[in-house]
Amino acid sequence: MIAQAETVLSIDQVAVHFGGLIAISDMTFSVCAGEIIGLIGPNGAGKTTAFNVITGFLKQTSGDVRYRSKLLNGMKPYEIAKLGLARTFQRTSVFQERTVFQNVLTGLHCRGRSKLWDTLLQTGRETSSERELVDAAHEILRFVGLEQRAYEQAGTLPYGEQRLIGVALALAVKPSMLLLDEPVSGMNPSETARFVKLVGKIRDSGVTILLVEHDMPMVMEVCDRIVVLNYGRIIAEGTPAEIQSNPEVIRAYLGQGKKRA
Amino acid sequence: MSRFLPWLFVALLTSVPLWLNDFYVLHVMITTGIFIIAAMSLNLLLGFTGQLSLGHVAFFGIGAYTSALVSLGFEVHLLPDFTVGLAPKPVWFAMLCAIVVAGLTGYAIGKLSFRVRGAYFVIVSISFAEVVRLVALNWVELTQGPMALNNIPALVLGADAFELSFLRKPAVYLLVLATAVACYVIIARLVNSRAGRAMIALRENESLAMSVGIDVTHYLVVATVVSAGIAGMAGALYTHYIRIVDPDIFLFIYTVTMVIMVITGGKGTLAGPIVGGALFGFVPEALRAMAIEPEVQWIIYGVLMVAVVYFLPRGIVPAIEHYMSGRKRSPAPAASEASQK
Ligand SMILES: Nc1ncnc2c1ncn2[C@@H]1O[C@H](COP(=O)(O)OP(=O)(O)OP(=O)(O)O)[C@@H](O)[C@H]1O
Ligand SMILES: [Mg+2]
Repeated sequence: MIAQAETVLSIDQVAVHFGGLIAISDMTFSVCAGEIIGLIGPNGAGKTTAFNVITGFLKQTSGDVRYRSKLLNGMKPYEIAKLGLARTFQRTSVFQERTVFQNVLTGLHCRGRSKLWDTLLQTGRETSSERELVDAAHEILRFVGLEQRAYEQAGTLPYGEQRLIGVALALAVKPSMLLLDEPVSGMNPSETARFVKLVGKIRDSGVTILLVEHDMPMVMEVCDRIVVLNYGRIIAEGTPAEIQSNPEVIRAYLGQGKKRA
Repeated sequence: MSRFLPWLFVALLTSVPLWLNDFYVLHVMITTGIFIIAAMSLNLLLGFTGQLSLGHVAFFGIGAYTSALVSLGFEVHLLPDFTVGLAPKPVWFAMLCAIVVAGLTGYAIGKLSFRVRGAYFVIVSISFAEVVRLVALNWVELTQGPMALNNIPALVLGADAFELSFLRKPAVYLLVLATAVACYVIIARLVNSRAGRAMIALRENESLAMSVGIDVTHYLVVATVVSAGIAGMAGALYTHYIRIVDPDIFLFIYTVTMVIMVITGGKGTLAGPIVGGALFGFVPEALRAMAIEPEVQWIIYGVLMVAVVYFLPRGIVPAIEHYMSGRKRSPAPAASEASQK
């Protein structure tokens, strides 16, 4: 299924320097429509930095990022999100003080049709738009399995469920591509198993996925292809089986203690 | 039931001039009401977008001066042979000008805060209020400086037989009440909408907000414009009631008072500024009425403030809400996402 599908995301010779520190030295890879690609590598390899560059949170020092052949260089994060390129964050990230439902409703921002005047005058468009968003929010909560938690305050939920809120928020953008930064860190094995199913469901709904994760069994299970990063450089790329048997990868990453808190 | 409670409250307040004959109390209610409107506008920024503007009184003062100058008319010599003047205009028009000018100032400040957030924004906003105060103090030709603008006309609507004059206290009181209700409704609709969710998202987690496609700067500007416009309206109400305005209107202490009202009442709640505003509007007057020494008044005032912040760190309204929801574990609110009511 990887074969000659359309390229959705292409990273071309991207480098990121923080002063003297080279977080990414020269990164080139691309993601095809419908794929689940894993991006792995030891701590500090530059995975999150790559995510930040792709989604506009960070400016690369050089190189190009293209999404559906549109050049993303210099675009703001919210503009990139509107293109249908959504992400989650490595550090658990929710709107703490709001309920789970309000979180998702906030995430649905771009789907709303009401203008400021509609809001102030409470026009028909305001009410119909809000009703659509409320329905969509319930649907997303059902999809990720947080329906029971809808009216609880997001910040008070267990870690694993907060990560699901993060995914729900990203899905609210109605993405055609989703970047997940260590989504199962902090989840217990049964939560992880359920999450793997969710990832499959998301892919089946037509979303391309780029996954950063330290949980190797999970990565090997869900990914079609894996890109391995070490010290800001891509050292290997291939199917899970190829990666598992690649000597350089084993030396750089799989061999050493792989887990970090 | 609880839907009608606010309107019952408004009806009660509307009836006040019918049975209250004490004009001093009415005066306190008017000034408190004006401060509550200003505090509500500050709350939109501080409570909902999470940005602390310590120059908020500038919008209030700009509204006051704009409305005073437009209603009085003015003439200034910008260059030796270049003068700008304006003939006196009706007060209702002057008040509209106050809203617009304050709103435009808010737009400029909102745009500026695109670059400076956090601590820098606090400093920029304080400096801004101070600059405006110095202009009011030193541009004597326009503002009369410390001599103050006097004889500012009161609001008069309609004409002849249908003339409605807001010179007497009961009329001013009702005007302030109506304005407060209107501002409350505007803010309530705003914060419970898509735009309001975007503002709260900025307060809660700016990066996350951007990641779901929210142009946070845009909504910060919207909030600042609305907030400044409402504060300007409050300033205009104040000028045409007191009918004199001098540069002291820009004093930092007034911003501090507004911040105290918002924080003690509960920032980020719709009722917070009303509760906090009423508390810190009436308490000083009540203490004065009890003829306590001024020093003791200030001590009581300070102790009260510290006590509220210490025991109810999130403010009075959230504390009450928490207490109520603890007593009857309320079922989930159905479709409404309104948590602040
Ligand atoms: N804003 C920044 N300023 C300076 N250095 C940074 C910044 N962000 C990341 N770095 C550095 O860049 C390198 C790559 O960091 P990055 O967060 O991308 O790693 P990672 O692969 O996501 O690691 P982890 O598995 O621990 O999440 C690290 O050395 C990090 O310290
Ligand atoms: Mg990382």
